[in-house]
This record gives sequence, C-alpha cells and structure tokens, in this order.
Amino acid sequence: MAKFNLKVNGETRRVDVEDDTPVLWVLRDQLNMPGTKFGCGMAQCGACTIHLNGVAVRSCVLPVSSVGAQEITTIEGLSENGEHPVQKAWLEHDVAQCGYCQSGQIMSASSLLYTNPKPSDEEIEAHMSGNICRCGTYLRIKEAVKSASKSL
Amino acid sequence: MKTSVNRRSFLKATALAGGGVLFNISWLSATPVKNQSNGQQEFIEFNAFIKITPDNVIQIMSPNPEGGQGVKTSMPMIVADELDADWAQVLVKQADLDTEHFTRQFIGGSQAIRQGWKVLRTAGAVVREMLKTAAAKKWNVAVSELSTSKGVITHKKTGKTSTYGELAALAASIPVPENVSLKSVDEFTIIGTSVKNVEGKNIVTGKPLFGIDTYKEGMRIAMIIHPPAFGMKLKSFEGAAVKKMKGIIDVFKIKIFNDDYERTFFDTLTFNEVVAIVGENTWAVMKAKKAVKVEWEPFESYSFKRDAFGRKSVVTVPSGLESTKVSQEKMEKLASSPAEVKRKDGDIQAAFSTATKTVESSYFAPFLAHNCMEPMNFFAHVTDEKVEMVGPLQKPELTELALSARLGVPVEKIDFKMTRLGGGYGRRSYAHWAIEAALISQKVNAPVKLVYTREDDMTAGIYRSTYFTKYRAALDENNELTAFHLNTGGNPESPLYENRFPAGAIDNYLAEDWEIPSNITTGSFRAPRSNFHAAAEQAFLDEVAEAAGKDPIEFRLDLLKKAKEKPVGTNNDYEPERLAGVLKLVKEKSNWEELKKNGNPGVSAYFCHNTYAAIVIDTVLEKGELVIKNVVSAIDCGIVVNPDGAKNLAEGGIVDAIGNALFGELTFDKGIPQKSNFDKYRMIRMNEAPKNIEVHFVKNNIDPTGMGEPTFPPVFGALANSLYKTTGKRFYKQPFMDQIG
Repeated sequence: MAKFNLKVNGETRRVDVEDDTPVLWVLRDQLNMPGTKFGCGMAQCGACTIHLNGVAVRSCVLPVSSVGAQEITTIEGLSENGEHPVQKAWLEHDVAQCGYCQSGQIMSASSLLYTNPKPSDEEIEAHMSGNICRCGTYLRIKEAVKSASKSL
Repeated sequence: MKTSVNRRSFLKATALAGGGVLFNISWLSATPVKNQSNGQQEFIEFNAFIKITPDNVIQIMSPNPEGGQGVKTSMPMIVADELDADWAQVLVKQADLDTEHFTRQFIGGSQAIRQGWKVLRTAGAVVREMLKTAAAKKWNVAVSELSTSKGVITHKKTGKTSTYGELAALAASIPVPENVSLKSVDEFTIIGTSVKNVEGKNIVTGKPLFGIDTYKEGMRIAMIIHPPAFGMKLKSFEGAAVKKMKGIIDVFKIKIFNDDYERTFFDTLTFNEVVAIVGENTWAVMKAKKAVKVEWEPFESYSFKRDAFGRKSVVTVPSGLESTKVSQEKMEKLASSPAEVKRKDGDIQAAFSTATKTVESSYFAPFLAHNCMEPMNFFAHVTDEKVEMVGPLQKPELTELALSARLGVPVEKIDFKMTRLGGGYGRRSYAHWAIEAALISQKVNAPVKLVYTREDDMTAGIYRSTYFTKYRAALDENNELTAFHLNTGGNPESPLYENRFPAGAIDNYLAEDWEIPSNITTGSFRAPRSNFHAAAEQAFLDEVAEAAGKDPIEFRLDLLKKAKEKPVGTNNDYEPERLAGVLKLVKEKSNWEELKKNGNPGVSAYFCHNTYAAIVIDTVLEKGELVIKNVVSAIDCGIVVNPDGAKNLAEGGIVDAIGNALFGELTFDKGIPQKSNFDKYRMIRMNEAPKNIEVHFVKNNIDPTGMGEPTFPPVFGALANSLYKTTGKRFYKQPFMDQIG
C-alpha cells in the first residue's frame, strides 16, 4: 500500500491504495465517485474515460502511481450541475437511452472540443470511435458534439 | 371512453392477448404518508401511482424497471395526462418491486406501454375525478361545470380556481369513483408531445443511478470464477493462499440452485457451481481472482425440473464440448431433412412440381452476446431479519421467487429495489447473479456487491441462439408466388414464427422446424427469434421478388393485398393493412423510385411485438469501405406517447441491428467462447454507424404498442438487400462484414 495525493476535480484527495490500482477503482471504491464507469477493464470501450490535464484517458488501465501531480477531471467535476456546454448539448439532444456509457462519451467529447473546438464530422467520428454505446445513440452524440461546438 | 373501477382493486384480472397477464392494482386508502415529505410539505397519497403535496408537487411512480427504453418518462406521462397535471410540477420516482400494488414490473417483449396503457390512464383519471369532486363539494357546484388543466381546477361560471395541491387533502377523503371517463385522443396534452428523459441531468452529471454504483457502509466486493468452457463444471479449487492476499476476506464455492428446484422460464443459468472471492475493494478481488487455482472437469448429462409459465417439463442438458463448426454442419443437415410441421397450407409439392421457376437459399446467424455496457452485478445484504437486494434486473418478481426458494425465506422478508439498468436487451431477465450475490452475502455475513468482469459477463452464456433456415419458393408462369417452404431451426432454439407474413398470402405454404439440444445456454435477445426470422425471410423475399421480376415493395404489397382480401388460413398473426401501411410510408419517405436509380436501396418490413416497422437502407462502397448513407424507417406503433423518445429508440434499434448484422458473432472451440472482451468482440462504433437515420410514424389513434424491439429485426434484411445492390453479392451468413469488398 502507498499513499497518493491526487488532484481530483480541483481538490487534493489523499488515498492509500496499491501502486497498481487503476484510477477507475480509486475513484469508484475509495473516493465514492461512481460517475466514471467500468465497462471492459482493457481500454476498449471508453466507459471509464476521464481527463488527465484535460486530455481524455481510459482510467481502467491507468495505474494510480503514474498520475503524480496531473489534474484528474471526472464527469462529476466537469460540472456538478450539468452546466458544461457538452452536458447541456447532451440534454438538448436527449441523447441517453440506458445512459451507462454517456459519462465516458461526454468526457471524450469535451476533451476533443478543448483541443479542436470546431471538429468536422470525420474528426468527431474518429475521436469518438473509442467509446461504445450498445443502445446505439451515436447519431445523437454526434449532433450533440456539433451543438456544443457551436456554443463554445 | 368509460371505464369502470372496482373500489378495492380496479382492472382486476384483465386477460390480455399475447401474454395473458393480469392486472390487479389495489388501491391504498388515501391517507397522508408520514416521513415522505417534499421539503416542508407532506405528500398525500391517492393510489399506488400518485401522491400530491399541498403546494401542488405531483409525484408519479414509475412501476417498471428502466433500461434505456424510456418508460420512466413515458409511463408517468400517461398518468400525468389523464390527471391533467402540469408536467413541470411532476416528480417521477422509481417504484420498488411491489407485487401488492403493481403487476408486470417487467422489462420484456416491448409490452410496458401496451399493457400499462389502460392502468396508467385510469390511475390518473380516477384522481382527477376525485379532485374535481372535492372542488365541487368545496364550492358547492356541479362536477360537470368544472374543468381541469395543468394541475388547476376551474369553475368557469364563478371564476373560482384551485390547484390540485390545495384540494388534495379533501380529495383524498372522497371515495374512489366506480366509473371514470378517460380522455379522447384529441384531448391529450402530454401524450404525443416530446418529453425529455426524466433522468437526463442525472446521467450527464454522473449520478449513481446504476446497480453497479450501489454503495453501502461496510459493503464488500465479490467476484466469481466460472468454468472456462460450456460442458465443464467445477472440480476443485485452492483458495487458502489467496485468502491471505491483502484485502481478501474469503474464497469459497457457491451452488446457485438446489438440485430439486423447479426452475422457471427465466431461471436459466450456465454454471450452477462457481467460486466466489470476497474482498475489501474491487482491485484486490480482481487480482485475487487471477491467483485462485481452479480445476474443472467435463460434466455428465444432467436433468432439472422446469415450470415455464405452467408448462412443466424435465430439461436434459447434454454433456460435451461443442464447437461451432460441428454445430453449423449439424444445422445444415437438419434443414435439408423433413422436420416437425408447424403450419401447412395447400400442397407445396404439387406447386413445386408445376413451378416455372424456383428459388432456394439458406441463411445462417451465429450466437450473439448481449454485451450490456454495465456488466452484470447486484447488491445483496442477507441477515436473519431480512434480505435486502438492490440492482438492475428485468424480471424482479421472478427473481424474488427464485431467491425465496433458494434461501428458504418468504418473499415478505425480501426487499428488491430496482436501479437503472445499464442495458438489458434480454440479458437481465436471467438474474442468477442476484442469487449469487445473496448467497455470497449470507456466507460472509455482510453487505456485498457482486460485480462480473467483462470477461465473466461475455463468457457466462445466455446468448442469442445460433440459427439456420432453408427457404424454397415456387413461381408460376405469371411470376406469381405459388409455394413457400421454410425448414428452420437453431442450436438450441428454433426461431420459427409460422403464422407471420408471408403465411396467409400464399396458397401452398409449409413451415417446419427442429432444435438441437446444447449445453450452450441461450435466452431472450432484443426481439427474440424475430431478430433472425425477419433477417432471413426479408432477405429471401428480396431474392424471390427479383426472380419474379418485381419491385420488392410492390411484390410485398401484392402479397399483402391477397392476405387481406383472400387470406389463406385463419391463424395469421398480423394485420395486412398495417404492414402494407408502413411499406407505403417508407416507399414515399425514402423516395424509393428515385433511390432505385441513384442509390443502392434495400427494403424490409416486419411485424413483431405488436408494432409494424419498414426499413429502407442505402449503402455505398467508398474506396472499398462500407458507408451506410441513409436509413429510412416507417413505424406503426399506434399512438406515439413520447415522439422524440420513440425516435431515439428506433434510431438505437437500427444502429444496434446494423452492428450485430455486420460484426456480431460468438464462436466456440471445444466449449470455449472464442471472444471474451471488446478487443475481439466487435461492436459497432460511431464511424461505422449510418450517416443519417429518418424515423417516420404512421399517424393513427390505435392504442400504443412498444418500441424497444420492433425496429431491430427488419434492419438485418434491409441491410443484406442493400449490400446486394452495392456489391452484387447476396448475404446469407451473419456477420456480413468479412464478406464485403
């Protein structure tokens, strides 16, 4: 076990966990922040997407020991009240069906827009293709990303 | 529309076509409910669905589990409309499993809206009537002079108004009326408008809505290890060393069903004995899971008792380690031999012997895994006093009965709370994992959350069956379809629906089927059986239309005309006019005639789960890559309760079906599933989804039917038919992707 001071959503959180614990399980089990979802455990589905210094990463394969002083942002920290333009666009397009993958979709989409505020359809598709939605809400996700892009 | 209400339990024992499900909604006496305040004010409870505060907040219970089909929004909309509530003041709450006050708290068969329609409307209408009666009493006026709108009652003559909240206490003391009037369709104010998902904000802000998000003080995390192959069982395990690992509490074996237990239809499970690992946190358990040494052995054939909705049988599970190649060969062979005749009209042999042309094709589909994005999980806390269960499941009532039998605890002591489901699609109808969670909690004497890894989830069975159908059609010298023969079956389940179109439209028709026993477990998968039956049949009809030199839409419409005017047989399970209706609508909306010249359209139409759907898909190859340019759908589900929600479901069903048609496949080698995670099991992704989807609804005033499943089955055929135009090849074998280009 080792102690880590993690910067999560602007706050310093102290956790005592094994070095190799994926950030996903630190968030879910230690910090009681279940917004970040477990989907596959091998960075294939994107349900666990968080931001590390604003860049989308898969938290299920990110050992806590590798984070250091980098800023972690989770869905809970994007905006607690759903005020982030991407969250608002998701509500405008009523994207979700079961909703399980949407935290990860939103974190991927917001990361895209930080680096590329006006992505083309192809760029959206390429960036978002790491996130699986079995309900099949991809068209609404794409439209929501475009709406959010316009509002930025 | 008048409906009569029994004082104590209304809509009791209404037998319904298709399911035979009974409604039995008992009414609670209208008393203020303590400790359930909304802010400062107490709720006054009218019935199992409706509570109102004096400041006019209206709480509506959503009875059924929510798995993305939108019922947590649409079912309360129906109640609110008949109540004439202001939707902005409605709070929706998920009901727990409560067999005393609700029935059919199920997800399955796209039936929630269809079977809930009358109950939900009456629940709202009764309370509106009670509120009006209270106002009439208070103001000393006639009930007939009162009107309601958006949670307010108005007496036009005197100009008096009152909110529902102000009248709630008085109204709650009024006897439940014996008869209430339900609105006519043109009086609806909420039904037919697009209402946003009531959980939308909670979803986009990552609130704990799902079973896997459950957290309780002192909670332990559990995982299971199940056999690596179908046909294998647990022989022994060595857990002592693992128990010493950091954060690990216990490692033990559990047996899910007792040997003499009579299993219900939804008690399917693959592995009755598994190893459980319990620890303090998920990561510790995940690591320990890999360290447990387990030995497996092939099992001998065994039997269990089964009661499938009253049909009692003894099910024998065969031994052996199945390989896909072998089972496919078996299926091909069976489809060429006479099988059990399920429907026979006329004389197909005579028609084939005089045919001018015959068409013969065979279709295949593999096993599919459900791959709900939320892996299977459940929370359980079993104590001597009670059993507390929290999690996502589709058939809570049946799971409760199974659990009661297993623990020897009466259902009264078991409490099921329903969380949102991170996808169901049939998989969460089979809740062996809930029983596993309870047994683990009982053993470690602590609250436990059982979580399956993705690998556990994908390799635990209960798949969509693998299917095979051989079709033959005969055409006469006028290119009229004179005979139609299908020989179909599956491993282990036959997909046949012998009374569906084109049965009833052809003089000489033969449907026969067979099943291959297997120890690979299967179960409901979005539009069970229909998903293959439609896929094969709609692709075959396209071939037959081509052989007849007819446009595939006109060919179907001609058959439907015959089915309407001169139906063959009496047991035809569709309304020809409504099926023709969606075909005509999709023809118009897709600009079919133009598209035939400029694009590569494939068409399909199907009726299942009480809803009619027609699909046109246009595909193209761009630099050798498949692009799905457009999908146009036309749907007849009667009244559309929540149009944008229904549109979302249709879009999702189409994307999901395209994904499964192109990529979905699970194969086996000596009983071992050949894929266990998304690195190998390919799911459709955004870049592969259609570029555009149009959803059009037939406008009518027919009572609404469901949307969760019906758009899914016809997509496979429409895609195959479009791919034929694009590539020049017919697509007989799912998944299609490897055969394109």
